[in-house]
Amino acid sequence: MEFEAVIGLEVHAQLATESKIFCACSTGFGAPPNENTCPVCTGMPGVLPVLNRKAVEFAIRTAVATSCRVQNRSVFARKNYFYPDLPKAYQISQYELPLAVSGHIDIERNGTTRRIGITRIHLEEDAGKLVHAGAFAGAQTSLADLNRCSVPLMEIVSEPDIRTPEEGGAYLRRLRDILVYLEVCDGNMEEGSFRCDANVSVRPRGQKEFGTKAELKNMNSFRNVEKALEHEIRRQIEVIEDGGAVVQETRLWDADAGVTVPMRGKEEAHDYRYFPDPDLLPLHIDEAWVEELRKTIPELPGEKIARLASRYGIPRYDAELLSSSRLLADFFEAAADAFGGNPKVTANECIQWKDAIVAGRMSPETIAHVVEDRETGTISATASKTLVEAAIGTGKPVRQIRDEKGLTQISDAGALEAIVDKVIAGNPKEVESYRAGKTGLLSFFVGQIMKETRGKANPRMVQEVLKAKLG
Amino acid sequence: MAITREEVLHVARLARLALSSDEADRMREQLGDILAYIRQLDRLDTSEVVPTSHAVETGTPYRDDSVHPFGEKEEILKNAPDREDDFFRVPRIIED
Amino acid sequence: MAGIPVHEWTLLDAARAVREREVSSRELTRALLERIDRMNPRINAYITILPEQAMRDAAARDEELAAGGARGPLHGVPVALKDIFCTKGIRTTCGSRILHDFDPPYDATVTGKIREAGAVLLGKQNMDEFAMGSSTETSWFGPARNPWAADRIPGGSSGGTAAAVAAGTCFAGVGTDTGGSIRQPASLCGVVGVKPTYGRVSRYGMIAFASSLDQGGPIARTVPDAAVVLGVIAGPDRRDSTSVDVPVPDYLAATGRSVKGMRVGLPREYFAGGLDASVRTAVEKALEALVSLGAEGVEISLPHTEYALSTYYIIGPAEASSNLARYDGVRYGYRSEGAKGLIEMMSRTRGEAFGAEVKRRIMIGTYALSAGYYEAYYGKAQKVRTLLRQDFQEAFAGVDVILTPTAPTPAFRIGEKVDDPLTMYLSDIYTIPCNLAGIPGISVPCGMSPDGLPIGAQLLGRHFDEEAILAAAAAIEREIPLPRVAPEEG
Repeated sequence: MEFEAVIGLEVHAQLATESKIFCACSTGFGAPPNENTCPVCTGMPGVLPVLNRKAVEFAIRTAVATSCRVQNRSVFARKNYFYPDLPKAYQISQYELPLAVSGHIDIERNGTTRRIGITRIHLEEDAGKLVHAGAFAGAQTSLADLNRCSVPLMEIVSEPDIRTPEEGGAYLRRLRDILVYLEVCDGNMEEGSFRCDANVSVRPRGQKEFGTKAELKNMNSFRNVEKALEHEIRRQIEVIEDGGAVVQETRLWDADAGVTVPMRGKEEAHDYRYFPDPDLLPLHIDEAWVEELRKTIPELPGEKIARLASRYGIPRYDAELLSSSRLLADFFEAAADAFGGNPKVTANECIQWKDAIVAGRMSPETIAHVVEDRETGTISATASKTLVEAAIGTGKPVRQIRDEKGLTQISDAGALEAIVDKVIAGNPKEVESYRAGKTGLLSFFVGQIMKETRGKANPRMVQEVLKAKLG
Repeated sequence: MAITREEVLHVARLARLALSSDEADRMREQLGDILAYIRQLDRLDTSEVVPTSHAVETGTPYRDDSVHPFGEKEEILKNAPDREDDFFRVPRIIED
Repeated sequence: MAGIPVHEWTLLDAARAVREREVSSRELTRALLERIDRMNPRINAYITILPEQAMRDAAARDEELAAGGARGPLHGVPVALKDIFCTKGIRTTCGSRILHDFDPPYDATVTGKIREAGAVLLGKQNMDEFAMGSSTETSWFGPARNPWAADRIPGGSSGGTAAAVAAGTCFAGVGTDTGGSIRQPASLCGVVGVKPTYGRVSRYGMIAFASSLDQGGPIARTVPDAAVVLGVIAGPDRRDSTSVDVPVPDYLAATGRSVKGMRVGLPREYFAGGLDASVRTAVEKALEALVSLGAEGVEISLPHTEYALSTYYIIGPAEASSNLARYDGVRYGYRSEGAKGLIEMMSRTRGEAFGAEVKRRIMIGTYALSAGYYEAYYGKAQKVRTLLRQDFQEAFAGVDVILTPTAPTPAFRIGEKVDDPLTMYLSDIYTIPCNLAGIPGISVPCGMSPDGLPIGAQLLGRHFDEEAILAAAAAIEREIPLPRVAPEEG
């Protein structure tokens, strides 16, 4: 029997606000324990939450960018459970009425476009961190650090529209890129500012009903998400083929072992007793605010890829690589526009020097000038690399470096002909052998000319002139 | 509106309330009485009624996204029943 | 004010006397501290008394005045707070063992406003544990007693505050009212208590019981005194999202307003069975007083009144079960020692340090919110809340204020109802609808029972129309003179 997977992804993105969602503490990463805390985020008796406007703005912009409908009334609820990293013993989160619903993201796979639905986007607060003083096995205590409590999170839930691990990966990367383009999240998966859980089930191809799903957690890179999905799909198919049934459960991805394993211990029957948080009034978002924010949405990755590919005539793959960063794509466009030649070469250079470009250590002129100089034969490919390396981080014009280092090559036909004549005149024996059919000697002549010009001759032109003269 | 002892113990566990055996018995009786009284609401047809969570509903106000550190970490930690350096210390989680 | 002992002065007289330097804040404060020493052993109205700090503050207020500056309308006047308002550096217990040694890292907004107005804080007042109760018998620090009859309850949950004011141990106090916790003890102790419109007074730093119902308000011996304190504590607060930005009028001026032409609604549901005869008579006297001044009595109906108590006993406990979940022994407060593992630590902490009434309400609330029951209980209660709100909306289309008894009976005896939760809950039957609707209410003394126990009348008003109920209450107060300070040996 042939099976197909049904996958839905839940992303938790940390919003790039300065302060927490319900108090004025810093969201800064890596502070000493409990440094970024106050009575509100540590749940002291009597404190009350006040909503950070920026967090709402970020969620609205995300909703607009993913074609979601922003609801003019959404409600914060309390999700009640006890844990030492959750000071109030409830998490403030949107439950029944989320901020936005019914959107989608388009992903392109092998020339076709797949539309992945987005069920909902909502705001919530993060919990703190429990350090299991586990340096010693059998430690009797755990330690709570509440710095992360109330850091703003945005949860983005996809429809179960994803069918393969690769599609899942593509969706996640595109979503991450959108959030980074919008500057609402730094997208760092390793540091936990972009987290993903997955709901996975399998069913015989053609069947309409969903199979029993497992929830996957603990996947901290895009690659790990794909690997975990692959493994879990295979596992579920095997269970069914062995005559068993998939159990609804939460499973953790063990990256080292490359398997998913059931979450340990008895899971207490979750009963979160959600109810509207009486401390926060409903969130009212009027159409005017949404429209105002819509104007701030930049060109998004999907549109950018298509435009770069068609406007510059570069391969779609290159356009995708360039669009993985808004900065890189802008850089490419500036460089390509500054130089009228083949954008494909400019694109290659931008991709090659991506790190320095994204780090802001290079100007578009550097690439434009280097590409142009190569095109005109003014510099060699080797010199081009040397020049770019020398220019990174200095702010010095690359052509000034070229001249200072004397890295131009001789591409002037007249000048080269004189040198070629000289070398031919100086090596009559070799000329004779060559003309007798020992064409392998061409490289000897090239070498002589390079020696004569101290490596500055344009090798392509040298060969052309030589071949003509040696006839 | 009878409530069973098992239900009482389940709710107590959800609420993290250790109840003695006597307390659980008394709770079962009293909760039963109170819930029975409360269920008088069933007499009202509310199918067309919109729920009220706030007596006065306006939109929730906002604060601007600026950082104002509380700046008195010791004040936050000083009431802790147990701590280790600047962490709150708790007994280990034992799965049961 | 020659001849009248300091502890019987009104707050307005005391404030004026300080401002005009007829008396120093230190003299006032010392007199009231002595009064507390004398009275508190009998009535247990204070959990924490602050003699040194109060005298220091009084001295500072005197110096400020000598330098030519009064902070505000309460300058140099000794007052106290229910022990539910956080006070930085001063133990705040909420009447519970679980917070018996809690030292708040911050001040409640009300605390700050009282201080900014120049008041001197005498202490923190006794209350039912987490404000859950109608008798102040559930306090971990022992029951407070009614100064008019020490074998009786002072009402609750702000019983300590009402008893303290009635005993002349402070000029005013600030209490909180979730289902009647200001008005009912004010009524039982023969003083004035105001529950403002929901959102009028900031809840920041006021330890939460039921967030959508809780509201702070003054308890004082006269309506004008209460009006002054209300003016100090009212107003929007950026730290409380549910506080409402409506301008604060001159409440004191409102107490002098005529009631001529005022339409006074009398809901027939509030004068039905279960109402003590002496209470009925006293409230009728209050109506007569208003009518004699040109007001008009209008019979009205609030048809869903009988459902208010059930609604309240779902919404209140549900919110409380969540609000009180933070008391888990991790960051502050009591922790049970020697537990094996985290879950046991939390469960034993809460089992040992919460009293019976608090546990009962946590259980009801947890049950009402739990899977499978939400719609039948919490969802249902929220809908009935809408009906109760609409009752008032419709009534206020035809009347300016509504007059009712505050409590069905005068103060009952300590121990009489403590083990019978449902009967105890009925003490709040007239005060609860007001909280569910979010409207303002006031209790003003209007008579005495044959046993010499105070009786209060309740006036309810439109949202943010505290002025109308203050005007009507002040009129009743002027027409029916009653002693406001309990005799020494009640």
